[in-house]
Amino acid sequence: MAKAAESSGDPGTTTPRPLMRDLKAVGKKFMHVLYPRKSNTLLRDWDLWGPLILCVTLALMLQRSSVDSEKDGGPQFAEVFVIVWFGAVTITLNSKLLGGNISFFQSLCVLGYCILPLTVAMLVCRLVLLAEPGPVNFMVRLFVVIVMFAWSIVASTAFLADSQPPNRKALAIYPVFLFYFVISWMILTFTPQ
Amino acid sequence: MAAADELAFHEFEEASSLLAETPDAATTSGRGQLAPQGHVAVEVDSGGIYGSEEAEESDKTALLQEEKQQPGFWTFSYYQSFFDVDTSQVLDRIRGSLLPRPGHNFVRHHLRNRPDLYGPFWICATLAFVLAITGNLTLVLAQRRDPSIHYSPQFHKVTVAGVTIYCYVWLVPLALWGFLRWRKGVRERMGPYTFLETVCIYGYSLFVFIPTVVLWLIPVPWLQWLFGVMALVLSAASLVFTLWPVVREDTRLVAAVLLSTVVLLHALLAVGCKFYFFQPLPLEHLAPPAQATSLPANLLLPPTSRPKAT
Repeated sequence: MAKAAESSGDPGTTTPRPLMRDLKAVGKKFMHVLYPRKSNTLLRDWDLWGPLILCVTLALMLQRSSVDSEKDGGPQFAEVFVIVWFGAVTITLNSKLLGGNISFFQSLCVLGYCILPLTVAMLVCRLVLLAEPGPVNFMVRLFVVIVMFAWSIVASTAFLADSQPPNRKALAIYPVFLFYFVISWMILTFTPQ
Repeated sequence: MAAADELAFHEFEEASSLLAETPDAATTSGRGQLAPQGHVAVEVDSGGIYGSEEAEESDKTALLQEEKQQPGFWTFSYYQSFFDVDTSQVLDRIRGSLLPRPGHNFVRHHLRNRPDLYGPFWICATLAFVLAITGNLTLVLAQRRDPSIHYSPQFHKVTVAGVTIYCYVWLVPLALWGFLRWRKGVRERMGPYTFLETVCIYGYSLFVFIPTVVLWLIPVPWLQWLFGVMALVLSAASLVFTLWPVVREDTRLVAAVLLSTVVLLHALLAVGCKFYFFQPLPLEHLAPPAQATSLPANLLLPPTSRPKAT
């Protein structure tokens, strides 16, 4: 990860960072996403562990419990993975091509971490689905997903908006909107059979 | 303009001394073509003061030279040149494709010879997702009205939508561009569009389908067809008006065949999408044979309208 060498006192060798320190860094970034402020922490020391954990959690939760026929089912684990990572890479490339001054991995880091609200929404939806199905059930899920979707957008915009020239901000933000919208859609239409 | 003359004269001396040292040096840089013969030496690498007309013309040639010296396709900045648009420009191009006017060439007025890839790429992505999502929503809404319809997220449709639309926006312009280039010899006045301009035309013309697809949620069949036809007319008109100046000088037969092929392909795309993603649910439901045997005959056979494209 980014600062592995710095943590060792010995200039010649790199000792592996203690696990707790890594976990704390990931946790700190989670906090930054949940309470987005204009800070550079997510950008400065990026790491991809958080996005990986979130993506795996989300993909696992989106698995349907029954064995449905392949073509007819919801997204498979690999599909969710591909959508999240491919989508994040595409948005990052788009941002760089438009002339943004953010590095490739920083952007991946931000986009990955900002999936956190939607993962929380997925958890809540799964819990709500244990209750009796009906219109109230659906409205609750819809409300939760919309709120978390807005939270994701706000969080990622707070980090990414500054990296674009002002006359292209909307061009760079729109793909982020589309990305989180698709993920929200996958969460909302999840129905365990 | 005595001062300018003096300075020009001064540079002539300097330049001529340069020439004297290297007699084989090319005296014309990119700017050289426009200069009258007597001033050849002045063009040699001088940041000096020209007369006002010369300055303008040399600026123009300099700009054209800048655009011609594009970096190679393996560098990142080559691709960056295709994303060199602002928000207002993209919105203006979208507006231009939504409201086609007969004399108003999309390429000349809106693209102004600076095609971009941002618009086509993200319009296609949006259209693919919107198609899949609203197709899914239609099934959800149908299930609410008729609980026996089997609902499934049909996630594979996103892939199908994406592949179809992207192939359309890349392969059809490629064919069109190739064909127009092949017929280039017939035209005198207007050169063919570049490949990227053709892709741009097609990409932006697909924008009108995005709101149409959303409106297709309304489960009234004749209204759906009305919206579909309106969108197709707008979209095809935008294509035809843009292609007309290029095709008009060709023979009538070729022009007619080309334009009707373009419109036909576009119509095929629209109708294909309508049928694949928004399958009209039959009014009398037909039960598949496997389920028919498990139910008593006096009950209305429950429909399981699984979407037929699996």
